[in-house]
This record gives sequence, structure tokens and C-alpha cells, in this order.
Amino acid sequence: MSVRTLTIDGRDVAMATGATLLAAAREVGVSIPTLCHLEGLSPVAACRLCLVEIEGSGKLQPACLTPVAEGMVVHTDTPRLQDYRRTLIEMLFTEGNHVCAVCVANGHCELQDRAVEVGMDHSRLPYRHPDRPVDLTHHLFGLDHNRCILCTRCVRVCDEVEGAHVWDVGWRGEHCRIIAGLNQPWGAVDACTDCGKCVQVCPTGALFDKADTTGEKHADPARLWTLVRARARGQQTP
Amino acid sequence: MKLRLATVWLAGCSGCHMSFLDLDEWLIELAEQVDVVFSPVASDIKGFPENVDVCLVEGGVANGDNLELILQVRARTRLLVSFGDCAITANVPGMRNRLDGAEPVLRRGYLELADGSGQLPHAPGLVPDLLERVLPLHEVVPVDLYLPGCPPSAARIRAFLEPLLRGERPVMEGAAMIRFG
Repeated sequence: MSVRTLTIDGRDVAMATGATLLAAAREVGVSIPTLCHLEGLSPVAACRLCLVEIEGSGKLQPACLTPVAEGMVVHTDTPRLQDYRRTLIEMLFTEGNHVCAVCVANGHCELQDRAVEVGMDHSRLPYRHPDRPVDLTHHLFGLDHNRCILCTRCVRVCDEVEGAHVWDVGWRGEHCRIIAGLNQPWGAVDACTDCGKCVQVCPTGALFDKADTTGEKHADPARLWTLVRARARGQQTP
Repeated sequence: MKLRLATVWLAGCSGCHMSFLDLDEWLIELAEQVDVVFSPVASDIKGFPENVDVCLVEGGVANGDNLELILQVRARTRLLVSFGDCAITANVPGMRNRLDGAEPVLRRGYLELADGSGQLPHAPGLVPDLLERVLPLHEVVPVDLYLPGCPPSAARIRAFLEPLLRGERPVMEGAAMIRFG
């Protein structure tokens, strides 16, 4: 296996060809904030939080999707990146309706966590307060579009792990939202197996168990990696 | 000279003020170090005074009275603090903004959901008019410091006030100080 050597925030790191900058950073203990990324799902660079600076390149690159290259010099925490990341989080908070006080995920929300990490004590952008629907047609779960940040973890886990492909992304711009089936009520989509993986990987309270009320959703998205790894091992053993 | 402290209650549930009262016996220490010059829970003064050093403002700006008071507070206060999530984000009171205007909100609340005898409130000079949208304080006036939380815990409020009493700016970082909700 060929190896690439590079520098991340001044630390030397050697990674196998094809590894991502995010994996390389984690290898040497450099923490890059992420939201849409989840071990076990394909990376899509939807949230842009993991953007990094690479010397010699004028463009910021998403660490979750950029492969390591020989001699790369990468900076993950410059003042410019810190400012962009805080702005991105403010955009997520103001774009939807994130009312932490009455959310199922309050206290266990990755968006709340990231807000703390980027030092957001208020938003410098105005709140939009859009009118968004809530889909409660599924007999076990609900989808509150007010809390959705369009990370597409649900889309990917349903397609790549469960194999049901219930979820997709519909429309564009401010109308962009997650859709079930062919833009049907979730409860009317026969393909749904009721497995709940989408609820488990959702970083906010957008997808939730109907039995949960304020602050009661304790999802553990990292468990997905255990499942995906176990399956991969199963496929290796005849 | 003692710090002149005020607290103000706009469009919020009073939970931030309840949390302030949860400071319990530390309130006695606080009372020795500040003059409480205006507060719904710690003073009987009706008019907002001049020359206030620090004012904690709970709630967003939702009606004409809120607007009038916050302009007065800003003009007369050195350090204006957005106290709690409603002041910072509009939070739960701001959920009415999706109905897009004061009139649809009143219709929804007083007519559509009424049991048949509903009527729109109308008492000029007594009941303040709703603004079209509930706004966070900093979308109306400049704000100096932000103290998030719904409500901010008593421990967080104390950790915020203690540096101010020493004449220092509180360090607002980390989950203990700035986590919303």
C-alpha cells in the first residue's frame, strides 16, 4: 500500500493513498468540526464545516472528501476558517426554526454542540422564521422540517445501509427539503421498513421517535459505524 | 460606588428571572455589592432610571411596550445584556413569526381557536399592540453581552455576574456558558 506524507497544522502525518484529510487529521489528534459526516456513510461535503486551507491552493477544500497528497501543507484552524465556521452555524440556525427549548434533541444535539465549539453566543445574521411543515404520518416516527439542516445523513443511511432508499432531497434554495418516496407523506411510503436508522443518525431533532418529548431524544449516530463494520467483517468470512 | 444593576422582562416566560432567583443565598452577597435600581423581581420602581451600569434583559421585542422600554433601556444603560434565549433568538415567542404578521396571529389565537365567543383584543393605551414580528434584542438595539440558555442556569448567571462585579468582561465560551436551550 503506498503512503502519502503531509503536514496538518504543523504535524507530520503518513496516510495510505486514498485516505481523506479528515481521517488524516483525526489520526494525529487534530479535531475538525463536522456535521454531515458520519463514519459508515459516504462523504458528501454538504455542511462545509470541515473546509480547510491547503497551501498553494486558493480554494478551500472539504476535509471529508479531499484525498491526501504527497507534500500537502494543510491548515485546519486559521482565523478565516474560524470565522467561516461560525457564520455557517449561524446560517443553519437562522435558516430554519431551531427552538432548542422545545426540541426533542435539546441537550443531545450536534448543532448545539457545534454552536458551542465555534463560540456562537448569538447570531449576527437575522432570523428568517420560515413556514415549514411537520410530517407525522409515520406510525412510529416524525419529521420536523423546521429542525432539518439538510445534512442528508438520513438519505444516505437509508440508501447505503438499510437499502430502502425512502429519502431524497427535493427542490432547491430556500425550498430545498428532505422528501419521502416520491414526495409522499412518510407513512404512505411502502419502502420504509420502520428500522429507525434515519432517526438514529439525524444530528438534530428533525427526525424523532414519536414517544420522545422535549429533551428526550438521545440518538447515538456513532453506533452506525459498529453496524457497518460488523457487516463488512461478515462479508469477508465465507 | 456600587454597580447600578437593572433587570427587565420583555417577551419571555419569566423563566430567566426565576433562574436569577435560583441564585439563592448568593443573592444576599449580590445585594451587598450592587444597587438594584429596576427589576420585576427585586425592586418596586416603575420607571426605568438613568445611569444604569448593567441591565439584564429577558425576552425578545414583541409589542409596542417592549419596543418603547428597550429603547429607553439602551439609552440609559452602559452594558446591555441579552439575558436568555428569547432575548438572543426570539425563541418560543418568535414561533409566531411564521404566521407572518400580527393580524394573522391574533386571528389564530382569539378567533380560529376560540369556542365561538372569540373577539380580538382592543384596548388602546391598555393592551399594547403586537409588532409584526418578534425580534431578538440585537436586531433592535446594539447589545453588549449575550447570556444564552433557556433559562441560563443560576450557576451560569453567577459565573457571568462575578467578573462584571470585579470590573472584568465575562469569558463567554464553552458549553457551561453559551449552550443554547
